[in-house]
Amino acid sequence: MTTSAVSPPEARLEQARPSWPDATGHFGVFGGRFVPEALIAALDELTEAYRAMRVDPAFIEEFAALQRDYTGRPSPITEVPRFAEHAGGARVWLKREDLNHTGSHKINNVLGQALLTKRIGKQRVIAETGAGQHGVATATAAALMGLSCTIYMGEEDTRRQALNVARMRLLGAEVVPVTTGSRTLKDAINEAFRDWVTNVETTNYVFGTVAGPHPFPEMVRDFQRVIGDEARAQLLERVGRLPDAVLACVGGGSNAIGIFTAFVPDEGVRLVGLEAGGDGVDTGRHAATITGGTPGVLHGARSYLLQDENGQTVESHSISAGLDYPGVGPEHSHLHDIGRAEYRAVTDAEAMEAFALLCRTEGIIPAIESAHALAGTLRLGRELGPDALLLVNLSGRGDKDVETASRWFGLGDREHVESGAGMDTDQQPTEGAVTSGDAVAGQDAGESA
Amino acid sequence: MSLLEQRIGAARAEGRAALVAYLPVGYPDVDGSIAAMVAAVEGGADVIEVGVPYSDPGMDGPVIQQAVDPAVRAGVGMRDVLRAVGAVAAAGAVPVVMSYWNPIERYGVERFAADLAAAGGAGAITPDLIPDEAGPWLAASEAADLDRVFLVAPSSTDARLAATTAACRGFVYAASTMGVTGTRATVGEAAERLVARTRAVTGLPVCVGLGVSNGDQAAEVASFADGVIVGSAYVRELLEGRGAEGVRRLSADLAAGVRRPVAVP
Repeated sequence: MTTSAVSPPEARLEQARPSWPDATGHFGVFGGRFVPEALIAALDELTEAYRAMRVDPAFIEEFAALQRDYTGRPSPITEVPRFAEHAGGARVWLKREDLNHTGSHKINNVLGQALLTKRIGKQRVIAETGAGQHGVATATAAALMGLSCTIYMGEEDTRRQALNVARMRLLGAEVVPVTTGSRTLKDAINEAFRDWVTNVETTNYVFGTVAGPHPFPEMVRDFQRVIGDEARAQLLERVGRLPDAVLACVGGGSNAIGIFTAFVPDEGVRLVGLEAGGDGVDTGRHAATITGGTPGVLHGARSYLLQDENGQTVESHSISAGLDYPGVGPEHSHLHDIGRAEYRAVTDAEAMEAFALLCRTEGIIPAIESAHALAGTLRLGRELGPDALLLVNLSGRGDKDVETASRWFGLGDREHVESGAGMDTDQQPTEGAVTSGDAVAGQDAGESA
Repeated sequence: MSLLEQRIGAARAEGRAALVAYLPVGYPDVDGSIAAMVAAVEGGADVIEVGVPYSDPGMDGPVIQQAVDPAVRAGVGMRDVLRAVGAVAAAGAVPVVMSYWNPIERYGVERFAADLAAAGGAGAITPDLIPDEAGPWLAASEAADLDRVFLVAPSSTDARLAATTAACRGFVYAASTMGVTGTRATVGEAAERLVARTRAVTGLPVCVGLGVSNGDQAAEVASFADGVIVGSAYVRELLEGRGAEGVRRLSADLAAGVRRPVAVP
C-alpha cells in the first residue's frame, strides 16, 4: 500500500483541481482546439470518457495498482547535500522520477491513457517521441495491455537516441522515422496527427506532454500531478515545511506541470521552469519557448511558440532531444502570464556542467533534460543562499544520454579521459567533491581497449 | 454579397458543378505559382484556393508538403499571397485563401481581412480553425464582407454540422474521407452521405474535397455536390515538371468532368 504520507489516489485526481482549464480547454487565453474538424469527434469522445473515468472507482483502483506495482510509486525524494554545496549551500531534494519503470515520469501519463484507450474500445495506439522516453513508455504500456503500437520519431532523433529506438522495437512497437520538416519532435507530432485523422476509428493518440488540443493538456496534467502530490506530502513529512521553490525542466512541460500542480495554491512557493537555452537565447539557437517566443497556434493549441514574422514555426535547438521543441503546453503560458510561475533558460553548457556535477557528487546520472532543472537549481540556490529549501524534479535517468555526454566531455578520447579534463566541473566550494574521472575513465578504457 | 456563392450559383445555373483548384503560393517560386494559378483558370477552374505555405501542415499529405516546404524555406509570406489573390481575380476566377490559422493570426486578423478584401479575395478557408475558436475571424470577416469556409467531416455529429454550417459563408467544405490531402483511387460513398447530411442543415453550396484527381472522379462528385475541389493532383503537375501547361490540361480535363452528366446507378 502507499505510505501514509501520500494522499489516496482518488484525492490525487480530484483534490485541489486548479480552476483552469474551462470546459472547452482554455487556460486563460491559451489552449483550446485548433485542429481539423475530422478530429473533433475523437477529441470529444476522449474528453467525455476521461471525465467519466477519473471519478470511476474501478479505474481509480486499477490506475493506483499499476502505479504501485508496475511503475514503483511512490517514487522517493532524495536529499543531495554534496551537490547542494555548489548551490549556495541551500538544501536540495530531488523527486526521483528517474527511478520509475522505464526511467522517467512519462510512464505516469501513459498508463492512464492506455487504460482510457481500452475503455473506449480501441486496439491501436500511436505516439510521438523526441528523446524516446515517451515512445518507450507508450510501447511499454501497449505491450502490457495488448495494444498494437506505432511510434513516430524524427529521423534526427532516431540517430541521437538509438538506444531508445532499440528499446521500443524490443517492446514490439513499430518505430517510424519522420523525414519531413526539421526531422525532430515537432514533425513527429505532425505525422502522428496525420495517422490519427486517417485511422481514428481504430486508433487512439497517446499524447506525451501537456500540449496539443483539449483534452490533452488537462488530462496529461491530471495523470502527472501525482509527482507533486507525492513530493509535497513527502517533503512535509521529512522536512516539516514547504519548499521555497520547485524547479523542473520544461520542453512541452509535462514533468514540470506534474510537480507544480500540487503547489500552485501555495503562494509562498516559487515555481521555476527551466527551458532549454541551447547555445544561448540571444544566438537564436535555442528551445526556450516562453523566454524567447511569442503567442501563437501550434499543434492544436494557442500557447507561446518560436515563430518567424510569417507565422512559420522556427526550428529549435537543444542538446536535449526531449526539450528540443518549439512549443510549450498552454498551462505554462498561462502560469507565466499570470505571474504564478517563472521561466528561465539554461544553456547546453550549463546543463552539462550540472549533469557532470550530479554524477560526481551524488552517484546519480540524470537525463540531460533533467540536468537543465539541476542547472537552474545551482543558480537559484546561489541567489537564495543557505536557508533555502529547493525541490527539484529529476524527471528521468541518463542511461539514454551516455553517448551524448561522452561526446560532450570528450570521454571517448583517451588523452582527455586520463587527465579527466573533459569532465572538470570547475565549481567553487569543495574541490574534493568534483574529482577527476577515474571511474568513468576505467570503464571507457575497458571498452576501447 | 458572397463572391463564392455567386460564382458557384452561376455554375449551378449552367446545370453543372463548380471546379475549385488549390495551388500553394511559392512553388516552384512566387511567379511560377501565380502562372500556374492563371493557367488553372484558363483551363476552366471557377475558384482558386490560394494556398498559404505553412511549416506544420497537419492536414496535408506528402504531395502538398513537398511543394510547400521549399516555399516556407524561401520565406514566402502574406504579401506574396495577396499578390497571387490579385492575379487570380484579374484572370477572371474567384480567389479564396486557404490557410492554416497561425499565419493569419500572426499577420493580424483584422489586417488580413482588410488587405484580402482590398486585393479582391472572396474570403478564406481555414482547415485547422473550428467556429468554436473563430471569434475574431467571424468578426473581421463580417466587417470586411468576406466569405469564411469551415470544414465538415464524416465524423461530424449532426449538431456540429448545424453549428459549423451556420458559421460558414460562401460554401461548406466537405472533407470527403477521413484523412489528409492526396489523390485516391475512389472518392467513396462517405462523401455522398456527408453531402446529404450537410444539405439537411444548410442551404449553402457544398463543395467536396480530398481525393479527386481526374475528370471521371470530378464527374462522379459533380453528380451530388455543388463544387469539386482538387488540390494534390494540381500540385503533382508542378512537382513532376509539367508546369503551367500541365496545370492547364488538368483543369480542362476536370472542367469537362464537372460538366459531364453521370448516370447515377
